[in-house]
Amino acid sequence: MGKLFAVVLTIIALVSAYPIVVHKYVQPVDISTHGHAIDEQLSDTMAEAGFAFLGAQLLLAFFVWKFSNRKDGSKVTHLPGGAKLMVATAFILVGTEVLALGVLGQKAWADVYFTAPKPDAMQVQVQAGQFAFYFRYPGADGKFAPLHPDKIDEGNGNYFGLDPANDVEARDDIVTAELAIPINREIHLLMHAKDVGHSFYVRELRIQQDFVPGLDLSLHFTATKTGKYEIVCTQLCGLGHYNMKAYLNVLAQEDFDKWLKEKASEQ
Amino acid sequence: MRMKQVYIAGLGVLAASAIAVYAAPSGGTISGKVTYQGTPAKAKPIDMSKEPSCAKQHATPVTTETVVTGPNNSLENVVVYVSAGAPDESAPSEAVKFDQKGCQYIPHVLAFQVNQTLEIANDDQTSHNIHPLPRINREWNKSQPPGTPPMTDKYDKPEFIPVKCNIHPWMHGNFAVMKNSHYAVTQGEGSFTLPNLPPGKYTITAWHESYGDQTQEVTISGSETKSVNFVFKAKPY
Amino acid sequence: MEEASVQPAHVHAPPEGFLRKHVFSLDHKVIAKQYYGLALVAVFMGMALSWLMRFHLVWPTAKVPGLDILSSAGAPGGIITPEYYLSLLTMHGTLMVFFVLTNAPFAGFGNYFLPIQIGAEDMAFPRFNMMSFWTTLVAFFVLVLAFFIPDGPPTSGWTAYAPLSAVGKDAGPGLGWGQSLWAISIAVFCIGQLLGSLNFIATTLDLRAKGMTFMRMPICTWAWFITSCIGLLAFAVLLPACLLLLLDRMAGTSFFIPSGLVISDRLQNHAGGSPLLWQHLFWFFGHPEVYIAILPAVGIVSHVLITSMRKPMLSAKVLIYSMMSIGFLSWMVWGHHMFVSGMNPFSSLLFSFPTLTITIPATIITLIWLGSLYGANIQITSASLFALGFISMFVSGGVSGFFLAQPSIDIYLHATYFVVGHFHMVMGVAAIFGIFSGTYFWFPKMSGRMMNETLGKLHFWITFVGTYCIFMPFHYLGLVGNIRRYSSFVNDFMAPLMPLHKFISIAAFITGAAQFIFLYNLIHSRFRGKPAPDNPWNATSLEWSIPSPPPWDNFGGKHPVIYHDPYQYGVKGSKGDFVMQDSPEQLTSG
Repeated sequence: MGKLFAVVLTIIALVSAYPIVVHKYVQPVDISTHGHAIDEQLSDTMAEAGFAFLGAQLLLAFFVWKFSNRKDGSKVTHLPGGAKLMVATAFILVGTEVLALGVLGQKAWADVYFTAPKPDAMQVQVQAGQFAFYFRYPGADGKFAPLHPDKIDEGNGNYFGLDPANDVEARDDIVTAELAIPINREIHLLMHAKDVGHSFYVRELRIQQDFVPGLDLSLHFTATKTGKYEIVCTQLCGLGHYNMKAYLNVLAQEDFDKWLKEKASEQ
Repeated sequence: MRMKQVYIAGLGVLAASAIAVYAAPSGGTISGKVTYQGTPAKAKPIDMSKEPSCAKQHATPVTTETVVTGPNNSLENVVVYVSAGAPDESAPSEAVKFDQKGCQYIPHVLAFQVNQTLEIANDDQTSHNIHPLPRINREWNKSQPPGTPPMTDKYDKPEFIPVKCNIHPWMHGNFAVMKNSHYAVTQGEGSFTLPNLPPGKYTITAWHESYGDQTQEVTISGSETKSVNFVFKAKPY
Repeated sequence: MEEASVQPAHVHAPPEGFLRKHVFSLDHKVIAKQYYGLALVAVFMGMALSWLMRFHLVWPTAKVPGLDILSSAGAPGGIITPEYYLSLLTMHGTLMVFFVLTNAPFAGFGNYFLPIQIGAEDMAFPRFNMMSFWTTLVAFFVLVLAFFIPDGPPTSGWTAYAPLSAVGKDAGPGLGWGQSLWAISIAVFCIGQLLGSLNFIATTLDLRAKGMTFMRMPICTWAWFITSCIGLLAFAVLLPACLLLLLDRMAGTSFFIPSGLVISDRLQNHAGGSPLLWQHLFWFFGHPEVYIAILPAVGIVSHVLITSMRKPMLSAKVLIYSMMSIGFLSWMVWGHHMFVSGMNPFSSLLFSFPTLTITIPATIITLIWLGSLYGANIQITSASLFALGFISMFVSGGVSGFFLAQPSIDIYLHATYFVVGHFHMVMGVAAIFGIFSGTYFWFPKMSGRMMNETLGKLHFWITFVGTYCIFMPFHYLGLVGNIRRYSSFVNDFMAPLMPLHKFISIAAFITGAAQFIFLYNLIHSRFRGKPAPDNPWNATSLEWSIPSPPPWDNFGGKHPVIYHDPYQYGVKGSKGDFVMQDSPEQLTSG
C-alpha cells in the first residue's frame, strides 16, 4: 500500500501543479503603473514555491515507494549526512531563496506604500459604508467640504453627511456611485469609513487597502487602460458584504471631463 | 351539505357588504390638499449600477423619494391622520403589502394600523434586507433572498418607522403605524380624504418624512364635508 | 536534570461511583476522552456547517429541507440568507479553531499521554484539569446557544473584527446577543485553556519519572509542552481582548469604536476607540493559535512516524529545537495578518522578515521527516498513512505561506480564497490528519481494543484525495481574485469560476461523508473491536509499557525508571527491533 500512496501522491502533486504551469487560473491584466512589480514577485514566488512543492511531494512519494513494507528484511539504514545535511539544506534553500526573494520583494511593497502621491495628483474621496461605496469629487472650488455624520441621509442621496445649507463649499461637491478617473493620471484616493471596517480592492489595479473607521487613510495609483473594473469590499462588514461593490471607470481625459460635468449637473 | 354551507356563507358575506356599503356615508368627511411653499430639494437620480438586475428595470434612472412633488406645488407621500379625538381601533383582518421592486420600496410610505398584518415581498432577483428602525416598537433586521416567501410582521404601538435596506443604501421607505382607521397618504395631486368621521372634535395631523408634522383642529357635526389644507415650508437643502 | 523528581505515590484516591469515574472525573485519561468527545461533536457540527456553506455557494436559490425549522429567519423556506451564511461561517471557524483544533490534539491527546509518557500518575493539578474541561464545555454550550436565540448566531467571522463586532445590533443580524454570546464563550474558553496550559507546564516540569530527563521526553511530549507555553501567553491576551469587547458592547466603553460612526442611519454614541487595537490583540493571540493547533500534530505525527519507520528521526533534538524556534518566532509575526489593515506600512516589513524566517525551522522539520524516511522500513497502517498524509499537507499548506508572508503579494492575495486554501491546509487539514493519525495509533491504548484497519485505510484514501480536491483549487480561485467570506458570488468575473466551485462542493460532500466511516469505526471498535495487546505497534515509549487500557493510576502503583532515549528502534532487543524506554537491557546496535 506504500506504493499506492506514492503513486497517488505523485498524481496529486502533478495534477495540482498543472493548472499553474499552463496558467489556467491567473490574475487579470494589470492596469496600473505599479502592478508589474507585484506580478513579477508573484511569479518568482510561484516558481520557487512550485519547486519546493513538487520537490518535497515527489521526494516523499519516492521514499515511501522505496522504503515501505520492505521485503529485504527490517534492517534500517540512515541517510548519509544526517540531520546536519538537512539543516544545512534548509538554511541554503530557504535562506538564499525564500529570504532573498522576500527581502528583494519588499521593493514592490515600497513602491506602493513608501512613496507620496505627486502634488498634482487628482484627489477623490471614497466612502465605504454598509454596503456600498460612494465617491466625492471636490467640484469647481477644488475643496472637499467637511463631513457631518449627523447629516447623513441616504434616502435623500446625502451619503457623506454634507451640509450644503451651512457649508458653501459643500454645494459644488460631486457625489457619485462610480469611480470615474482619467487615464494616465495619478489618483490620490482619500479613504473614509462611515460605519465599520471595509476594504478597497480592484484586482486589475493590484490595490487592496482596508478602510479603518476613525482613521482616514489614503492610496495613490495611476490607471493605464480604459475600461470598467469592479471595486469590491474584502473586509467582512456584515450581511451585504458579498454585494458591496462599485465600478472603476477609467476614461480618456475628454470623456472624463464630460462625465464629471454631467454628474455635477445631477447634484 | 357542503353546497348549502357555502350558499349560506355567501349570503352572509353579501349581507355584510350590503350593510357596509349603506352604512358608509354616515358621519362627516375631512378632505383637502397638502402643498408646499418655497423651493424643495432637487430629486437626485439614483445610481443603481452596483445592482445590475435592478438598474436594468429602469429605462431612465429613478430619483430620490424623500420629497415627491406633483403639479401645483402639491406634496405626495404625506400621511394625514386623526391624531386625537377618535377612539383606538382594532386592526382590520386584511394584510397590507409592502413590495421591493427594482430596488425601490412600493409604496414609499405605507400606512397601516396597529397589529395589522404587514406582508413584505421581494420581487427582485437579488437579496434585500429589510431593516425598519423603530424607536418604540420591537426592532428587527432580516434578509429576504429572491424566491423566499413573503415575510409578515405586526407592530403593536403607533409610530412612524423609517425602513431601509442596507444592501442598497438608497432604498428608504416609511411605515406609518396608525392607531385608528382614519388616515390617508397623499398621492399625485396631494389630496386626501378622511371619510366616516362621527360628529366630534378632531386633531388632524399631516406628517412628512422630511418636513415634519403639522396639526389642525377640526369639528365635525352631522355628515358634513370639511376642507382642511396643509402647507409645508420647503427648503432647497 | 538527570535526577528528575519522583512524584508522590497517590495524587488522588481511586475514583468510586459512576459520576466520579466517568463524568466529574479527576483522572487525566477520562478528562482527555471528554475533550476528545467534545472535539468530535464540534468537528461534525463544524463540518455540517461547511456543507451548508458549500451547498449555498453553488446552489444559492436551492432549498435546504428542514433548515427553516432550525432558523426560520436564517433560512426562510429553506433558502439560506446572506446573514445566515455569515453565521455558518463564523460558527464553523469558531468551532473548528477553538473546539476542535485546540481541544483534540492538545487538550485531548496531551491530557491522556503527556502524564503517561513522562511516567506520572496524573496531571499536577487534577482538580484544575477537571475544571479546565468543564469550563471549556460551558464555553461550548454558550456558543451553541447562539443558534437558538431570536437574533441568530454571530456574523462577524471567527476573527470578530471591531467595530463590526463591537457596536451591537445596528450593524446587522447576529451582532446583538449572538455576538455577545460569542465573546462570552471565547472568554470562558480562554480560562479553560489557561488552566490547562498551566497544568501541562507544571506536570512536565515537576512530575517526570526517575531518569526522564528533558531530552528523553518523546517528541510529542515536547510538542505539548511547547504548545502549553504558547497557549499560556496567547490565551492570556485573548481573554482581556474579549472582556474589552464585552465592555464595549454592554457597558458603553469605546476601546475599539471611534467617534462619528453612522450605522444603519444611527450616529453611534462612542468615541476614542481604535479598531486596529482589536486586530493587534486578536492576532497577537491568533497567530500563535495556529501553532497551538499544528505543533501538537507535528509531535504526534513524528511519534507515529518513528514507530512506523522502525528507526529514530535523524535528530529528535533538531526537531525539538525547530519547534521551539517556531514557538518563539510565532510571537513576532502577528502583523502579517494586517499588511493591508492600515497599520504603518513600515511595520509590514518588520512583520514580514520573522514570518519568512519561520520557513527555516518549518523546512528543517520537513527535511528531517523526509530524510528520516530514507532507509526506513515503513509499516503502512492507518496511523502511518495519516502521518505521511500530514507531511504532504504540511508542505502544500506551507509553500503557500511564501506568498502571503510577502506584503507586496499580499496586496493582491489578501482576503482571497488563496488565504482560505492556505490556512485550511496547513492548520485545518494538517492538524486534523494529526488527530486521525493519533487516534488510529493510540485508540488501542485508550480503549483496549483495536480499530478496524481496512475501514481506517478506506477513510484515509477518501480523505486524502478529497481534501486535496477541496483545498488545492481554493488557491487557484484566489489567484484569480475570488474574495472569501462572500455568501454568493455576484461579481462579473466569477461566472467562469463556478464550475470549479461546484467541483469543490461535491468533493466536500464526499469527503465529509467519508468521515462517517471514521465515526462508525471509532464507535464500533470501542465495543466490538479486537482486544488490544499492551504494545500492538512494538513501540518504545512509556504508554506502551502499561496495560491497554491503563489502570486509573497509570502504572499500577509502580514507579517507572527510565533508562533510554525514547526511540530505540533498529536495535537488537529482547522483544524485537526495539528496546522500551523503561527496559533496563543494554543496547546493541541492530
